[in-house]
Amino acid sequence: MNANVTAMPGRPETAESDVHEQRALGFWLYLMGDAVIFALLFMTYGIMVGNTVGGPAGKTLFSLNNAALETALLLVSSMTFGFASLASRAGNRSAVLSWLLITFVLGAGFIFLEVREFLGMIGAGAGPDRSGFLSAFFTLVGTHGTHVSVGLVWILIMSGQVVFKGLSVPVVSRLFRLGLFWHFLDIAWVGIFSVVYLPGLL
Amino acid sequence: MERHGLRSYLVGFALAVVLTAIPFYLVATHALPPSRLMYVIAVAAVLQILVHLRFFLHLDFISTPRENLLAIAFTAILLFLMVGGSFWIMIDLHTRMAI
Repeated sequence: MNANVTAMPGRPETAESDVHEQRALGFWLYLMGDAVIFALLFMTYGIMVGNTVGGPAGKTLFSLNNAALETALLLVSSMTFGFASLASRAGNRSAVLSWLLITFVLGAGFIFLEVREFLGMIGAGAGPDRSGFLSAFFTLVGTHGTHVSVGLVWILIMSGQVVFKGLSVPVVSRLFRLGLFWHFLDIAWVGIFSVVYLPGLL
Repeated sequence: MERHGLRSYLVGFALAVVLTAIPFYLVATHALPPSRLMYVIAVAAVLQILVHLRFFLHLDFISTPRENLLAIAFTAILLFLMVGGSFWIMIDLHTRMAI
């Protein structure tokens, strides 16, 4: 037991910043792996989009207003997360918490709209089992929605850490990576409305 | 420091709003024929992704570590090969299977 304690020497400050830089690179590598997943789902959607086998196509299923509202929520949430990042660097704890809360509410609103859209489609007999087009649609948009949901849980966890641990160096570094994740999801959504909703409603 | 400041997020947000509003407005009003509208959507999307990378993720050629840029460039090449190659194969298959 004693060996455990002595085996963990305190890291000097300079090594600490190196560690966080390496973790940022590691997180970029993860995001790039995620980008590959999304790109392949986009590609699958692009190939399957015409395979409606007599079922409904995007033109009748998608709502431009709903997509515009989802886009607005996610874009504003990306900016509010940016404000949280700025506040974390300024060491302003209550501002970080407020911006994280606003970001969470906007993200939750996005998920609400998406789930409502999905349930409406499934209720109208246009679920993922209806056609190849709908399978690809639900896989692509659902994967993005899952990511956003995980991001929401992560925002809650980090809010808890800001409350209980304060804006320590590791917490700010984690907030930074959460920011990368959240901004990345907005980029994926730009792809979704440009590949799925807008062309579907032409 | 200023490069990653409040200004960066506000400028990025304003540009993103414009680049979102243009394609949504054109689709809502059917202002252009669909084939030409597709080009507008594609160009606006590519520009907006670049805006997000620059102003929200703060990527640039000065302050971003080289390894990060290399990882992104490598991913871009992978995506080009996988997406481009798959479309090539599937479109070719489609034309050959068509009766």
